[in-house]
Amino acid sequence: MTIWYAVMALGGMGLALGLLLALASRLFAAEPDQRLEALGGVLPGVNCGGCGYAGCGMFAAALAAGEASVDGCPVGGADLTEKLCAILGVEMKKNTRLTVLVRCSGGARARDKFQYEGIGDCHASIRIGGGPKECPYGCIGLGSCVRACPFGAISVVDGVAVIDHERCTGCQACVGSCPKRIIVPVPYYADVNIACSSHDKGGTLRKVCDIGCLGCRICEKVCIHKAIYIEDNLAAIDFEKCTGCGDCAEKCPRKLIVDAKLDRGPRLMEG
Amino acid sequence: MTWQGLITMSLGAILIENFVLVRFLGICPFLGVSKKTDTALGMSMAVIFVMTAASAATWAVQEYILIPLGVEYMQTVAFILVIAALVQLVEMFLQKAVPALYKSLGIYLPLITTNCAVLGVAIINADNGGGFFESVLFAFLSGVGFAFALLLFSSIRQRLEFAEYPEAFEGFPIALVTAGLLALAFTGFTGLKIF
Repeated sequence: MTIWYAVMALGGMGLALGLLLALASRLFAAEPDQRLEALGGVLPGVNCGGCGYAGCGMFAAALAAGEASVDGCPVGGADLTEKLCAILGVEMKKNTRLTVLVRCSGGARARDKFQYEGIGDCHASIRIGGGPKECPYGCIGLGSCVRACPFGAISVVDGVAVIDHERCTGCQACVGSCPKRIIVPVPYYADVNIACSSHDKGGTLRKVCDIGCLGCRICEKVCIHKAIYIEDNLAAIDFEKCTGCGDCAEKCPRKLIVDAKLDRGPRLMEG
Repeated sequence: MTWQGLITMSLGAILIENFVLVRFLGICPFLGVSKKTDTALGMSMAVIFVMTAASAATWAVQEYILIPLGVEYMQTVAFILVIAALVQLVEMFLQKAVPALYKSLGIYLPLITTNCAVLGVAIINADNGGGFFESVLFAFLSGVGFAFALLLFSSIRQRLEFAEYPEAFEGFPIALVTAGLLALAFTGFTGLKIF
């Protein structure tokens, strides 16, 4: 008979508690935030942390609370920003997609100071006399950024890191991984960019690199929009003024100015 | 209950028969969430809360269901059932009613649902056969004892981060050695009597 008591006691308790919980979940049901669910639905869900939040869920919560910017997600790009704007009912800002650029074209064309045979890592190599390249600014090409990139968008070609702009999500994981700090975020829709970081004078630079910017000011003269200028022996672009005509890229004696139109096919100018 | 009794019980629950370091109950959170003092504090609060609430519920179950039906041997199952349901209920209630508290307790609340320290206090209470007030008080004090041990341990571990010890001891080994030494220290309280 006691076995029935045990069964009854436990069964009864289980049933009662189950009912109680079911009732409570109805009673205390926290109405799920519709927007939060919708936001979570469109976010990529890879939890890369590129937005600065602990994951897509946290980012969605911050968006809903109005703390995060709609273009905060580096992975989703413009499409995502558009969707997020639609859900949140805010005006979309254009041209927010970022990519990165390795501001060096040296590689094999930049001379070596010595033959480096240490650990295959940029950070390790700069411990020895600032790295194996004569140029103190340039890419070492040992691929610290390649390993830092979560999207496989970077490869080392001819001793210099190259970005696959279609794969790049602009998360900027590589920016901090470069000991020379020559990977910089640039607008994806930027039309021209300078692929050199050397502030050395022309004569000095000529001795160490066959391609670096000499600061010859040809681009400055050729630009009718006054968007490109030489600062500290290096060309720089004012994206506010640049129209992307590509004249500077054409005239650059070193072919250093990357014409994005050539690189990425038809220009996707917006706004 | 007299003041004497209260002090004796506090001493017993917190020092002499400390849940973690003497009875070796609740070792999992003791090792798991003792890396930082603030998470340890969150866990401690959750444990004190759940222990107190659970002992109240299990006392009622023991007294009004298990004993009258003569099925005290089903204690373990019944208690786990009640504690799990109770914590779930409390969690739902907090989420709706006191979201701030719900957030601060966070993941620790569901984590300790099936913790042996919580079940342990319920079973020790049932074995002692004390009254309702006594059981709840004992559970609360045991929770305080757990919190005391956890906070001690976590502050030691935080300082250990900067200490130099052999590489082989890095991480859990040194934590286990520390826990052992701490437990050894607590055995010093055995036989402590004031009255």
